[in-house]
Amino acid sequence: MISANLAAIFYLVSGILFILALRGLSSPDTSRQGNYFGIAGMIIAIVVTFLSIGNFSTSLVYVIIFLVIGGAIGAYIAFKIPMTAMPELVAGFHSLVGLAAVFVAIAAFLNPAAFNLGNVGNIKLASLIEMSIGAAVGAITFSGSIIAFLKLRGIMSGAPITFSGQHILNLILGISIFVLIFYLCKTQSTNIFWTVIVISFLVGVLLIIPIGGADMPVVISMLNSYSGWAAAGIGFTLENTALIITGALVGSSGAILSYIMCKAMNRSFVSVILGGFGADNSAEDKKEKKDQKPVKSGNAEDAAFLMKNASSVIIVPGYGMAVAQAQHALREMVDKLKKNDIKVTYAIHPVAGRMPGHMNVLLAEANVPYDEVFELEDINNDFANSDVAFVIGANDVTNPVAKTDPKSPIFGMPVLDVEKCKSVLFVKRSLSPGYAGIDNELFYKDNTLMLFADAKKMTEDIVKNLD
Amino acid sequence: MEIDPFIFRLSIFILSIFIGYYVVWSVTPSLHTPLMSVTNAISSVIIVGAIISALAGTSDSIFNTSSIFGFIAIILAAINIFGGFLVTQRMLQMYKKKKDKKK
Repeated sequence: MISANLAAIFYLVSGILFILALRGLSSPDTSRQGNYFGIAGMIIAIVVTFLSIGNFSTSLVYVIIFLVIGGAIGAYIAFKIPMTAMPELVAGFHSLVGLAAVFVAIAAFLNPAAFNLGNVGNIKLASLIEMSIGAAVGAITFSGSIIAFLKLRGIMSGAPITFSGQHILNLILGISIFVLIFYLCKTQSTNIFWTVIVISFLVGVLLIIPIGGADMPVVISMLNSYSGWAAAGIGFTLENTALIITGALVGSSGAILSYIMCKAMNRSFVSVILGGFGADNSAEDKKEKKDQKPVKSGNAEDAAFLMKNASSVIIVPGYGMAVAQAQHALREMVDKLKKNDIKVTYAIHPVAGRMPGHMNVLLAEANVPYDEVFELEDINNDFANSDVAFVIGANDVTNPVAKTDPKSPIFGMPVLDVEKCKSVLFVKRSLSPGYAGIDNELFYKDNTLMLFADAKKMTEDIVKNLD
Repeated sequence: MEIDPFIFRLSIFILSIFIGYYVVWSVTPSLHTPLMSVTNAISSVIIVGAIISALAGTSDSIFNTSSIFGFIAIILAAINIFGGFLVTQRMLQMYKKKKDKKK
């Protein structure tokens, strides 16, 4: 058994190791080392907890059994999950952190003596506030992440679900959580504690259902942030430095990611949270436009011909590439192009895909070296000097209307200047508009060739035609 | 007058937010997905609380209401810890430079 002071120092060490874990991610070279720091920090925290309790009774055996069960499940998932399913995996993991926070808070509420927080019915005021905030945020994280998971997995429609009075209802529920926590502190009533948790579960659901599919990068980042704040809340309750540091790190990490994602869509965080974006209100004028304008469409042969005669090609991947799992076929195509001495680079919009960095992971999976992959601001000027832009599964992020039409819902959003390329190849299943529900002007430009097909199939066909 | 220990914890918390702010801004955008999975894994250090409550049962009642919640939380957090770190590792292994590829 080690003293509480020594334990606190070890917790501090593991907190610092967690900081180094995030720090490592500043470059792919140092990132693997960073991950080891994170693992070391976790091992220290767990071992120190065992040592500081020093209760090596039969309970310990059970703790280890449960630890192994959970670990085995986690390891199994980590090895089996396909890279394209990463967004829903992360959402699923967030829900587990949230639920774990709720359960720890419940355990602490039911047995405060174990945590030195006082006795049942007489819990220290500060601890009570901390644990109920931790439980409430954890519950919101849990149910919100479950909804995000269902939407990303396609079990639930990605379309926003809205009803009248939704925001008012959320507001009332939000306020009632605070009021209930206030009464909880006065009465220490178990029933009120349970009610707080139930309402928080409900808030989590209501918060996420109005948010549509392509806003998911913001949602995932936001839930990431919440899971951090929940952990920090519990950290205060347990007076545990490792947990407080981690909670703060994760909380701010998620908040920054949400900010980056919102900025990349030129939308305010509030408007994303209020949801309902991309609903079908513009459906009618879309139809008119479609009938009027002519579109040039081609086949794999045309595309292969165009690219073979180019000297530089920029690939613009989007969510459609992930859906079609086209990243490997794409890499094959790029290899063929490179053999013909064609310069190929990749341009990634920050909100391409369903989570921050989604496209980068998929390209990395297909063995695309990361120094060929560029972010929007680094590559946007290159489009004007390139011969072909190959847009695969992206749509709204290339729409020039964001720069020209102040009335458009995506006006002001930074977009890839694809139209400046000499020619644009657009792989898409149909002319249907993207998530924002607006038509893409790019489809009708003279230098655009539409390739109507599944992204993977089209890419494979192009590969055949490149020989 | 003595300073309440809460204030010290609050200080750690606030300073950590600042550290998080600067550290996360320096994360390269291409690693944002691993960032999410690793933050996921480290926030599961909440397992510390789960272990404390699970071990709080007495020898004649290892499983009481409080410790059962602790035990379940151990499973949840352990899934996250192992799953989070391993999937991060798996992703990071894939990030390669051009020259590595030719080897």
